[in-house]
Parts: sequence; structure tokens; C-alpha cells
Amino acid sequence: MAEYQLKTPLSDEDIQKLQIGDQVLLTGTIYMARDAAHKRMVELLEAGQPLPVDLKGEVIFYAGPCPPKPGQVIGPVAPTTAFRMDPFAPAMYEYGVKGTIGKGPRRDMVKQACKEFGAISFAAIGGLSTILSRRVKSQEVVAYDDLGPEAIRKLEVEDFPLLVAYDAHGQDLYEQEIAKYENYNLNKGVGI
Amino acid sequence: MRIIHVDQIIETVAKLCWEACYYLPEDVVAGFRRAEKTEASPIGKNILQQLVENAEEAKVNHMPYCHDTGMAVVFVELGQDVHVTGGSFMDSIQEGVRTGYREGYLRKSVVGDPLIRVNTGDNTPAVVHTEIVPGDEIKITVLPKGGGSENMSAMKFLLPGEGMQGVKNFVLQTIKEAGGKACPPVVVGVGIGGSFDKVTSLAKHAVLREIGVHNHEQHIAQLEKELLEEINNTGIGPQGLGGTNTALWVPIETFACHITALPVAVNIQCHAARKKTAVV
Repeated sequence: MAEYQLKTPLSDEDIQKLQIGDQVLLTGTIYMARDAAHKRMVELLEAGQPLPVDLKGEVIFYAGPCPPKPGQVIGPVAPTTAFRMDPFAPAMYEYGVKGTIGKGPRRDMVKQACKEFGAISFAAIGGLSTILSRRVKSQEVVAYDDLGPEAIRKLEVEDFPLLVAYDAHGQDLYEQEIAKYENYNLNKGVGI
Repeated sequence: MRIIHVDQIIETVAKLCWEACYYLPEDVVAGFRRAEKTEASPIGKNILQQLVENAEEAKVNHMPYCHDTGMAVVFVELGQDVHVTGGSFMDSIQEGVRTGYREGYLRKSVVGDPLIRVNTGDNTPAVVHTEIVPGDEIKITVLPKGGGSENMSAMKFLLPGEGMQGVKNFVLQTIKEAGGKACPPVVVGVGIGGSFDKVTSLAKHAVLREIGVHNHEQHIAQLEKELLEEINNTGIGPQGLGGTNTALWVPIETFACHITALPVAVNIQCHAARKKTAVV
């Protein structure tokens, strides 16, 4: 489980070296989009239309922030549940998205898409919103303003803490780690 | 009889909304600390440490602990000797939520029509549960309920003969299916008994109980202990990334039910287990 400081856009070399469980501090531009924006974007892709923002080679952060208080860059923000974006993710990876950031396990379709298209599904800690908001240095709405908290935002982040959950080699961190701790206390005879 | 003006209700509800979102209850933070001490997974231990730090930072900076400031679920115990003046009581609850989410810089996470899905822009309507009780006070509790864990909640009618083991199996199955999607460590609110509507309400009310407090019925308290241990043996762990702390607590509430029925409901509460109460 290595530690890396990486910059966006992620190179294919970066992606190939990442293994599940690696910790990444990510710096650079990322794009925030979640349920409603994905529905619209995948409809555009299916119709052969261009997306409102060029996301080829980019990293998408599945999230919707609180409004900023005066003087704040962004309100509290952390990833939303990634599995709701699973039906859209293979199409987005095929289009050229190189990484996604969410929380929680995902379906096999995402695992396979990461392997097939050379991409990563990262995990950040859900609900770590106060801490993570400090790693965002700027934000602007770049599409779908009408969606409010679900609009597409362009963010500049610095040392944004991530774990590699699904790598480009078909590995799954959730599956691997849960198996280690199933009945752990029972087997060790530890009472709770 | 006591006269209470709606302005007082609006102000109280508004304050409860942002206070609930900024200041994670002490019993929940204490739960993280206890879990961190026993956690076997290094990833899980690190997550629990960060959750404690996040709660502290949110408290000091008066910021929401989690960006998903939820759909507001408001529990009201309205004293029968209270006379509300100045407008509609139910409207005053909604106006309080509207004001609290605006002034507290909380996220507006509610869409008006579930199929057309246009954001209402002010986080209303809230879900309001009102009970008429003796007395001349109004007790109001705001539970800002996040979407990730609510989505993983479930209800089932078991056969009465399935009994205690049937209940356990259903709760464990629900938790396993939820896995990391429900943002563990979670509080698992369980309702047993009542009717179709009552059982889910029991599960929701259970979530409000302080961590560390068992049901007063001995056999239910025992079930709570056993389920907590079994849930923590699933290996799901903090954030579903493996570990020995999946749940912080398993509060169970029960109610009488029909001779044919054994309804069970599981309302999962993510680690942002926020709740705040005030008495007017």
C-alpha cells in the first residue's frame, strides 16, 4: 500500500502503477458531478452529442457541497455514494474519464470498466466534509447551474486524500478488506 | 392553557436545524472514540480518527459535519394545553426549516416531485411527526436525515413463527446489503411490531435514542447486544473498507401487533447521527 502525490490530469503511467489500498494526495483540477448531471451527460453521449464540459482525461468527484459561508471557497463537501453512478460510469470511462471519486462499494460493471478503459475508482471518506472542504482551493459552476447542488463544478484541489478502491488491474479493495475482518473478533475470542 | 406564538416555533426549529448539523452529539463522538480503540483494521482506525477530527473541526468552526444536511425529519410532542397563535402550527415548522437551512448555509437536498425532480430550493417540505401529549409545552426534535443511509433502509413482514432468529436474519441481511453504501459506522434503528406504517416509525424513533442506552425490556436489550456483536462480525467496518466496527449501536423499539404478523423495519443512520431537541 504505497503513498503517492499525484497531479491531474492523471497519466496512463500513473494509472497503471496504482494498486488498491494505495493512498493518493491529489492536486489539480477535478470536476464535481453527481446523479442528475450524469443522467444528462450519458443521454448526450448516447445521442452522440458533445458534453457541456470536456471531461476527457479528467477526474470526476461524485459530490454536492453545502453553500459557502461568506469568506469560504466552498461549503462542506465529501463524496456521495458511488454506486448510484454505477449505471453511468462505464459510459463515462469509455468516453475518456480517467478517475472517479466516491464512497462505498461499486458493482462489477465498474470494476470491469476500470480494467477495460484503464481508469481508477477512488474512495474518499464519506461525511468527512469539514476537513475535505479545506483541500478545495477554488470552485466555479461550469454547467447545469439549474441543478443547484447537483450542478457541474470545476474545482482546484490540493493534496486531496484518496484511497484506490478499484484499480486498472481489476482489483477490489472493499472485497479484499472485508474478507480479512469477517468474524475477526469471534475467531480471536475478543468480546465486544 | 399556555399561549405560544408561531414566531417562537419558527425561531426554535431554525436554530435546531443548524445546531444539529454543526454539532455532532457527544454520545456519537464518544462512540467513534470507543470504536477507534478496538478497531482491528488500520484503514478503519484511521477513518475513525478522522471522523473525530471532523466533528471537532465542525464544532469549532460552526460548520456542517457532513455536507448532506439531509431531509429534515421533525418530531413534535405538542402539549394539549398549548394554544398556538399567529398562524398555522404546521406552516411554522416548515418556515422554521426554510429559515434554518438558509441562515445556516445548509445544503438544500429536497426535490418537490419525486419523479419530475426539481429542487425546491429551500429544503422544504420537512417530514413532520406530531404527537399530542399532556402538558403545556412543545418538545421539538430535528433529525437531519442523510440520503445514503436512508436509501439502504428496509422493511419486511416476517411470519410470526420466524421469531427472534427471523428478526436477526433480516437485520443482518439489510446491513450486509447496505455495506459501505450506508456510510458506516452506523446506528441501526430497528422497529418490531405494529402495522405497516407503525413499524417504520418505530425504527425511525429508535435512531433518536442515545448511544449506550438499551431498551428497558430485558429480552429486547439482549437482542440489541447480540445484534451489535453480529453486525460487527460482518467485517464491513468503517466506510465498508473492512473492520470490526460497522455499527455503533442497535436501538430497537417494539409495539403490539396483529396475531398474523411480525413486521420488522431497519432504519439505517449513517455516522452523521445528528439530532437536536428543544422545549418551547
